[in-house]
Amino acid sequence: MLVKDIMKKDVHTLMSNHTILDAIQLLELHHIRHIPIVNEQQHVIGIISDRDVRDARPSIFDENNNEILATPIHKIMSTPVITAHPNDFFEEVASIFYKKSFACVPVIKNNQLVGIVTEKDMLHTFIQLTGTDSPSTQIEIKVPDQIGVLSEVCHYFTKRNIKIVSVYNYPDPKDSSYNILVFRIQTMNPMPVIEDFKDSEYQILYPYWED
Amino acid sequence: MNSNDSVFIYSDAFLNYSFHEDHPFNQNRLVLTKDLLIKHNALTSKQIIEPKMISEDILSTIHETNYIQAVKKASSNEAVDVVKYGIGTNDTPKFSNMFQASLQTVSGSIEACKQVLEGKATHAMNLAGGLHHGFPNRASGFCIFNDIALSIQYIRDHYNLRVLYIDTDAHHGDGVQHCFYDDPNVCTISFHETGRYLYPGTGKTNERGIKEGFGYAFNFPLDAFTEDESFMEVFQNAIEKVTDYFQPDIIVSQHGVDAHFLDPLTHLHSTTYIFEEIPSIIHRLAHQYCNGKWVALGGGGYDIWRVVPRAWSQLWQVMNGNKPFTGDLSQAWLQKWQPLAPVQLPHSWQDQKTDYKEIPRRGEITETNQRMYKQVLRFIEIN
Repeated sequence: MLVKDIMKKDVHTLMSNHTILDAIQLLELHHIRHIPIVNEQQHVIGIISDRDVRDARPSIFDENNNEILATPIHKIMSTPVITAHPNDFFEEVASIFYKKSFACVPVIKNNQLVGIVTEKDMLHTFIQLTGTDSPSTQIEIKVPDQIGVLSEVCHYFTKRNIKIVSVYNYPDPKDSSYNILVFRIQTMNPMPVIEDFKDSEYQILYPYWED
Repeated sequence: MNSNDSVFIYSDAFLNYSFHEDHPFNQNRLVLTKDLLIKHNALTSKQIIEPKMISEDILSTIHETNYIQAVKKASSNEAVDVVKYGIGTNDTPKFSNMFQASLQTVSGSIEACKQVLEGKATHAMNLAGGLHHGFPNRASGFCIFNDIALSIQYIRDHYNLRVLYIDTDAHHGDGVQHCFYDDPNVCTISFHETGRYLYPGTGKTNERGIKEGFGYAFNFPLDAFTEDESFMEVFQNAIEKVTDYFQPDIIVSQHGVDAHFLDPLTHLHSTTYIFEEIPSIIHRLAHQYCNGKWVALGGGGYDIWRVVPRAWSQLWQVMNGNKPFTGDLSQAWLQKWQPLAPVQLPHSWQDQKTDYKEIPRRGEITETNQRMYKQVLRFIEIN
């Protein structure tokens, strides 16, 4: 999945000579947390977050705050800006979020701002990947970390005429020579296919954890 | 009219809703239940009402035309788009005359509504109905037409009553919730095993309705291996609060009995106890808020020998204002059915818990469920 498939294209921006007051109003109006700062050519020259603004804005108890609110935002914006390209993989952006501990990257093509990806978009993508938006049953299967295992496991569902809604894979935390495959399958009655697996080398983990 | 006049909707044609012999959804449970009640002198022929077959026009009040057409085609064994309509899958395979059989089931539930709405009975029960997974445009989870949604829509269209829908099937009542998700006059409340593993996966605490219907959908996802005590704690607290908040004119309830520990498809691990308590509470609420108006429907229940006949008989017993049956099951009933049953039938109304395994994580599960229902109910407290 690419950044262009998950990014928001409608981006709210300001220019460097806008004021802190402008930024406060834009953040509140659109319920957003980040504003890319652009020049006339739509090049991204900085970015501000709601936290930058909060650090700069005067205390709510201070009434003589007009001067601070009129400060141009180029004084508080972060620069240079880490950006992504529309054709980047979405997991590369996830890794930026994780490593750099921030939650938003502008998306740039030919030096022009074309979109924005936030942590929320990223989480939504991961939720979609786990497939819970269509009626299904989840089963988890412990399989040896070997060639051909996934296709062989999938065949059990095909034989029972059951559609696979989603599948993902993670290493078994207890034994690195095994993986856990997590399927969401479109059936209310997984018993026949679970029965089929009983005669195989694959172990169904779900959800026999009553103790 | 006695304040507890109840009718039992039944037709042998209900048995035609049958996918194939090995399918877990098996309407022979209706025959077993009816016979058990008759053997205990708890059901008279005067109470049994044969439903009138309704016109298929009613289907389009909930279902899309192309889906209704697809069911008709599948019914006469023509090919239909499996992925689009959900017919021909592992869960809802085609069977001949499936259209007529499904319409018959719907007729039963509409008849139950009519009996109550026209004042012929205070309560009515159609155990063949309760197919809560049916969607406007596709079949899902053993359900073809959604007789519940059609019934509620019928009540809304003809009587403009505020409908409280209570769903205690172990699976989330997703189809019914979907149909009335934006409707403030229909409050849906579903108690089910969490969708973390179990079908259909929905029914999370944050599903609360949309637009005008926001605040009129409630979901109580219970942990797997919840057992009786915690189930009833959640049910009792939640249903009292929600009913008081919504002030319904009529209750429609779905009585899936697949939360039982012997049920092969789920893991809520209850006993027959909850199938005595749930109807008792609903019965009381129907009299307290709705002048008794209550339509009870069937639902899931896949141990058709050991669980469903007893659980549904208790529903009927309680609906008639009686205390639940206790003691031994009718010898005549056991003698008639034991030779046909693939399992040893229970001999008493209440579970003896011989096969029952206590759950070591009970404390933890109870606490999780408490946190869950309090979180859902906070909405009512702040509004």
